[in-house]
Amino acid sequence: MPEHIGEVIAAATTEFQVQVYELHNTPPLGSLVKTADGDVKIYALVAAAETGSIDPGRQPIARGQEETDEADLFHHHPQLSQLLRTTFRALVLGHTTQSLLRHYLPPRPARVHGFVYLCPPEEIREFSQPLDFLHPLISVPGQDEIIAAFLRRAASTYLEPETFLLGAGKELAILLADQPQRLNALLKRIKP
Amino acid sequence: MTEEEFFLSSHPASLEEPQRLGMVVSGSLSEGLEVKLDGSVSVEAVRSGRLVAVQGQNQRFLGQITDVRLAAIDRLLTVTPPDVADPFIAQVVTGTSTYGILKVIQSLALSSSGIEEAKTIPGHFSAVTEASAADVEMAYGTEDARHFYIGNPLDMEVHLHLDLKRLVERSSGVFGKSGTGKTFLTRILLVGILQKADAVNLVFDMHDEYGWEGSQEGGARVKGLKQLFPDQVAVFTLDEESSRRRGVSTDFVVQIGYDEIEPEDMATLRETLNLTERGLDAIYELGEKYGRNWLNTFFQEDNRTLQEALGERAEVAIGTLRALRLSLNRLKSLHFLVPHAQDDSVKRVLTLLDARKNVVLEFGRYRDNSEAQVLVANLLTRRIHEHYVKRKESARGDQEGPVPLVITIEEAHKFLSPQVASQTTFGTIAREMRKYNVTLLVVDQRPSGIDPEVMSQIGTKLACLLDNEADIEAVLAGTPAKGELKKVLSKLGSKQQALVLGHAVPMPIAFDVRDYGTPQSYAELGFGSWELKQKAQSNISDLYGD
Ligand SMILES: Nc1ncnc2c1ncn2[C@@H]1O[C@H](COP(=O)(O)OP(=O)(O)O)[C@@H](O)[C@H]1O
Ligand SMILES: [Mg+2]
Repeated sequence: MPEHIGEVIAAATTEFQVQVYELHNTPPLGSLVKTADGDVKIYALVAAAETGSIDPGRQPIARGQEETDEADLFHHHPQLSQLLRTTFRALVLGHTTQSLLRHYLPPRPARVHGFVYLCPPEEIREFSQPLDFLHPLISVPGQDEIIAAFLRRAASTYLEPETFLLGAGKELAILLADQPQRLNALLKRIKP
Repeated sequence: MTEEEFFLSSHPASLEEPQRLGMVVSGSLSEGLEVKLDGSVSVEAVRSGRLVAVQGQNQRFLGQITDVRLAAIDRLLTVTPPDVADPFIAQVVTGTSTYGILKVIQSLALSSSGIEEAKTIPGHFSAVTEASAADVEMAYGTEDARHFYIGNPLDMEVHLHLDLKRLVERSSGVFGKSGTGKTFLTRILLVGILQKADAVNLVFDMHDEYGWEGSQEGGARVKGLKQLFPDQVAVFTLDEESSRRRGVSTDFVVQIGYDEIEPEDMATLRETLNLTERGLDAIYELGEKYGRNWLNTFFQEDNRTLQEALGERAEVAIGTLRALRLSLNRLKSLHFLVPHAQDDSVKRVLTLLDARKNVVLEFGRYRDNSEAQVLVANLLTRRIHEHYVKRKESARGDQEGPVPLVITIEEAHKFLSPQVASQTTFGTIAREMRKYNVTLLVVDQRPSGIDPEVMSQIGTKLACLLDNEADIEAVLAGTPAKGELKKVLSKLGSKQQALVLGHAVPMPIAFDVRDYGTPQSYAELGFGSWELKQKAQSNISDLYGD
């Protein structure tokens, strides 16, 4: 098992919030992550990450005017990394039961404090076939950036990335038949 | 034979998986199927006329593409088109948001029990593929004693065969614009009939293309029937001089005596000779009075004498006789007409036909002479037909009657126009079908000029490209799915492609006509693989006596 990168700090059926152990160190947008709930593995896509104060009541303040180097700033104020945290939202895309991949929501949300792992390339490839996961993703507006990021990433795990992207493009063309402009923009983002 | 060789021989390359084209998305028995083309298949790669197979649950259907159309999954897409300048986007949208729709008329159902007319349609999403070689062979037969290779279905490697025994059961027609390959196709059919139809041909070869040799575009010569089958073909000519000049070996020079021309023959010449109603009446009067000698007498006597002689029976105005003389004098320029022929050409033709020899009549210098064509073709055909009727009627129940005869006639509208079809023997033959063992093979570039009633009696039609609406209509009149076939017919190549429909085929099919004119084509025509095999077989039997 690879090392976990963070843990679930809030969970709903369709998404969960992850805090990463290392400040600023979120997986790239569109990465595939997983967390376990007993036998059930839950897969999710990294969306909207943010870094902010641990205490929602207290805003960080600027402290680096005297410093010449950003890294020095954290060095001189070690408490800062304790007061700040980096989190990201993960969109649930599917799960496995009895080690079978399902491209739909798991029966229960992820467990808070569940460990979160980055999926290795083989697992991404496995997950990205068939392309059924696109349907729920598309139906929520405003996520096209993430969809494109994931598809590009997934493509890079294939021997023939173009073929994968073409198939994905065709799937999108059918799903977005009534939104030609959105389709156009999305296709431009994934074209090899 | 090694195992590998065996495998190869039992799996010829032509039997490889046919390509999938798409799936059925809607349709009806009467209007055909709509097939959504798979994205991986380019719309430009499918063409109307092509044979396809549809795999239903229990049956396999065979049909023909009649139309190809573009469709978009959503109307908006045609308003805000995707950015197809980008090759990736173009590739994505073809077959998905935009796709091809094929119109397919399905006409045959193939099942383990054989082929039959399709009486139902395949279900939604049934897979549509190119028809396989096996499909074509199952529906149209393979080379054998009665099936003859006439070409290849459009875009397919497999041989298409025509059942020639069925072809000659009824009259048939070859149509198409000038220069589309009618004569070439007809020559191929004649070669086939000669070998496989158990019938004998009489060809009125108006333009000297069938007997000894014909010409190809560009001037090269192609072999006629006599060169390919010297023992089975006799060439007659109306113009010995022209034959000699062309170095053609002819078997007989036709002469027709004035005393062989009957008043009925003149009726068919009414238009070409500009005969008036009165003139024609006068001819019948002359016939009544002088019998076989009416024309000789007419040319020997002057108008006064004739008027007096006829006066016993009927009043004939001197003006009528004068006009008639003007018309009939034109016959004198036809040098094959003589007062009395030494030799009975018709009898010669009949004797040859009875001996199963095929007869081609060349017209030589009369190639563009309508009088000669109409007179000779009608006169010969009338007498041959009379003979056949007599023979057939005297044949007792258990006898078959004379060898079936196929009369080939180019420029058929001259003999079968609505004005003359009721008077000519050709019209009679077409209408009475094969009652007397005589059928027609009409060749014409203007089928709309042929009497519709005659057209409706034509069993098998082979149509090359036609672009005149009336001609297309004439060829397809009475055909099921006429509208769909129209599209196929008007999209044929400008030469050497044809659509065959009717009596001799289980369903209409468009095909590339086999080549004619190369040494290889002659070799294949004379001795198709089937004949070769038969021959080899009989040689073996001869050798070993089994
Ligand atoms: N089956 C064929 N094989 C070879 N050439 C052909 C064939 N059909 C047509 N052609 C070519 O097309 C030309 C026109 O054909 P032809 O039969 O004379 O047309 P049509 O009789 O319809 O006027 C021929 O001279 C020949 O060059
Ligand atoms: Mg011709």
